[in-house]
Amino acid sequence: MFFTVALYTSLVIFSLGLIYKISSWFRYSLGIETESISTPARILAALGGIVQTVFSRKVFTLLRVFVLDVLLQVKVLKQDSLKWAMHMCIYYGFILLLLMHGLDAIVTSSLFPEYYPTLNPFLFLRDFFGVLVLVGVGIAVYRRFVLKVPRLRTSPMDLYAIIILAVIIFSGFLLEGTKITSYSKFQEMVDEYTIAADEQELTSLESYWVAKFGVVSPEIKGPFDAQTLAAGKEAHELSCSQCHSRPQWGFAGYATSVITRPFAITLDQINAQSIFWYIHFLACMIGLAYLPFSKLFHIFTTPLSLLANSVMDKETSLPANVATRQLLELDACMHCGTCSVQCRVGVVFETLRNLNILPSEKIPSIKALVAGKKLTPEEIRTIQEGLHLCTNCYRCTVVCPAGINLQELWLAVREALLARHQPEFFVLSPLSLYRGLMKDSLDIEKEHYPDPVELALKNIYPNGIPLHMLDSNIPLVPTDNGLSGKMYKSAQASTFSHCFRCVTCTNACPVVRNYAVPGEVVGLLPHQLMHAAGMGLWDLVFSSRMLWDCLGCYQCQEACPQGVCVADIIYELKNIAVTRAKEKLMKQEKT
Amino acid sequence: MKYTLLRCCTTPIVLQQYEWSTNAVLDKLGIDLVDVEEFGCCGYPLRNINFKAYVISSARNLALSERENLDLLTVCNCCFGTMRHIERLLQEDEAIRKEVNNTLEKEGLRYEGDIRPKHLLQVLYDDLGIDAISKQIVHTFKNLNIATHYGCRILRPSKLINFDKPYSPSKFDELVEVTGARSVDWLKKLECCGSPLWGVNEELSLDLTESKLKHAKKSGADFLCVACSYCQIQFDHVQKILVSRRGPEHQLPSILYPQLLGLSLGIDSETLGLHMNQIPLKDIELYLLDKAASQS
Repeated sequence: MFFTVALYTSLVIFSLGLIYKISSWFRYSLGIETESISTPARILAALGGIVQTVFSRKVFTLLRVFVLDVLLQVKVLKQDSLKWAMHMCIYYGFILLLLMHGLDAIVTSSLFPEYYPTLNPFLFLRDFFGVLVLVGVGIAVYRRFVLKVPRLRTSPMDLYAIIILAVIIFSGFLLEGTKITSYSKFQEMVDEYTIAADEQELTSLESYWVAKFGVVSPEIKGPFDAQTLAAGKEAHELSCSQCHSRPQWGFAGYATSVITRPFAITLDQINAQSIFWYIHFLACMIGLAYLPFSKLFHIFTTPLSLLANSVMDKETSLPANVATRQLLELDACMHCGTCSVQCRVGVVFETLRNLNILPSEKIPSIKALVAGKKLTPEEIRTIQEGLHLCTNCYRCTVVCPAGINLQELWLAVREALLARHQPEFFVLSPLSLYRGLMKDSLDIEKEHYPDPVELALKNIYPNGIPLHMLDSNIPLVPTDNGLSGKMYKSAQASTFSHCFRCVTCTNACPVVRNYAVPGEVVGLLPHQLMHAAGMGLWDLVFSSRMLWDCLGCYQCQEACPQGVCVADIIYELKNIAVTRAKEKLMKQEKT
Repeated sequence: MKYTLLRCCTTPIVLQQYEWSTNAVLDKLGIDLVDVEEFGCCGYPLRNINFKAYVISSARNLALSERENLDLLTVCNCCFGTMRHIERLLQEDEAIRKEVNNTLEKEGLRYEGDIRPKHLLQVLYDDLGIDAISKQIVHTFKNLNIATHYGCRILRPSKLINFDKPYSPSKFDELVEVTGARSVDWLKKLECCGSPLWGVNEELSLDLTESKLKHAKKSGADFLCVACSYCQIQFDHVQKILVSRRGPEHQLPSILYPQLLGLSLGIDSETLGLHMNQIPLKDIELYLLDKAASQS
């Protein structure tokens, strides 16, 4: 009764979870373009795409990917053989255990009519598969907690997966071990299966089982004489041996029984095997019910992502299907951390401490975003910064063992976030080059393309507008000691004291030379920037577009006869401007 | 000669031909390259926003190259300028070096300053030498006029970079001329390509690019030649956009230096990825002669 209720409950939760998760791939949307496509249209498009693919030559690609990437996981092997060994152990150990042992009534019995869990090879294989899983779990623990790979983050979900697997396997071995030593289990079996009821025969059978099968009897203890054992063996062969191989074949359970042997009688009295059975069974049921919501869901989603990505691309696939695939991909991430370990800007996390810089940590944030979870302005700001602090080198996508096109995910979410009009300052850096190159394929209206830069600048200008557009003059009251003050005493800033106002820096600047009246476009010119900063007239400095129109070409610095590090100082001013703007934003967030 | 190769983040996606041609040319010239898988962003694009992020990114690459005990080769001026800057900074500022090493220690890395970052042009000109290259030339160009574009960070700030004379450089010109091409003199030769503002202030970026193209073309150049990923993206990808917006008047295709040299070394155009340039380069092979034919 308990068994049936628990099984069906967890099956129902599992199925509902599955439906909920799968439906989210069609309900939610990532980009701006696909928001308008309805869920039924998305489902139809997906079905159409699947049918079309299956009846085309692409089916061979699917087959190849299924064998190489899903079954053999060649992608993982190429990256890291230890990780591959870990995953193969867990994956195959668990799947085979599930089929042979978990579903034995359905699978194994119908394939092998003579199946008995206590008979070889099943007895041996069950333990073998279990040990495989444990070895895999052991490697996982070693990788995550001993090796200390930089920027490989372990989330509560990773811990859950490791723990649930370990609990299932360990409780299984304990169950097996206590069963081996259990005297009451032995008695139960004797009552049920022995044909002979002769007292002496039973004693010799018990002696035989104590000697050879690890049973711990409260009364009978070895050593036994050869005659008793021979008689026991005879009875054993008559009643037991058809269904019982020696428990030593179940080597892990047997090893457990050796350890628990000193307490075997007590364990039997408190019915420990039943306790372990409940733990084992409940852990399996929890694992099953929670599977669609846990990291282990990737058993289904990762192969799907690998297969979908092998036959789809952004250019030729329907936008509806690309959107659906991208949502599936969010679930296909198993948080293995490969992308974060290999990310080309991953090390920046060490200084900025924004977790969203790491690709693997962006995924949960994006999941929260698409699910419409209420996020604070601060959370959105950090997600946005993480998404922009990316050189678009596609390495994450190339290395992802789940075949997720991470880079495309970032691009889609970036634009969707920018459309929320929260300023992002990294758009003022050369990282924007890629956005500029991709602008025709961006998922936005053309007229909104420059908005993010303008918004970032607006937040940097102290009055919200650039100097050349201000109606009134900014009061010339220094706010501090400027470049000679404590705050800005960098090596480059100190060179400013050599300036003798020759304006050579400005004359050398190609940006200045590009305009007939440069001041009307860029605000302060390079030499004016230096002087304003030198005097601590920060509002003047930060109102100048010149800071952000500076190419960093070093013509000014090269030309300066006095060795003032003009370009270096401009870089420093940009940093200060951003820091100030960010502080202002954070203050606003708090109120 | 052996170096670690720091690929610029832009090359794997939009400029693969730069990697291919560099590999092919250096292989031909007997220079070994070691791929360090962990190499990351040089830090350049982060400098506008956060200095510390810029420093740690660059320092990590230096430390990785030091782990291999090899000088680090870059193919991008911006990477190069950045790596030089941080190399110097870590040499001079002990406090920053300590802080950086504390962070790097977490992944078992350290930078002591035993290796140097080097630009491709520097390796070819200073380490290998024009003579060694010239011995390997099998085809030379005839009647080919090249507008050599140095790019900013291979020259400036000269106190830091110290590769060539900042106002009258000649090393890149000599490297171009070793192929038989003529490196023409042109106004704005030493100015910025405009790339740093692409995606930020595009009209200004295009203005600067257009003006460079105009003057290069005026001087009779058939092609631009560059040795920097950002410059090439600007003169190839962005120039394509420029032409579509402002007309083809100043259109001038740009070739990467290893592509130019590679043709002279007898490497086929497929390997050099000539077909991957956005503005077609096909004509350039018409200028090629056998060395023997050109001497007779």
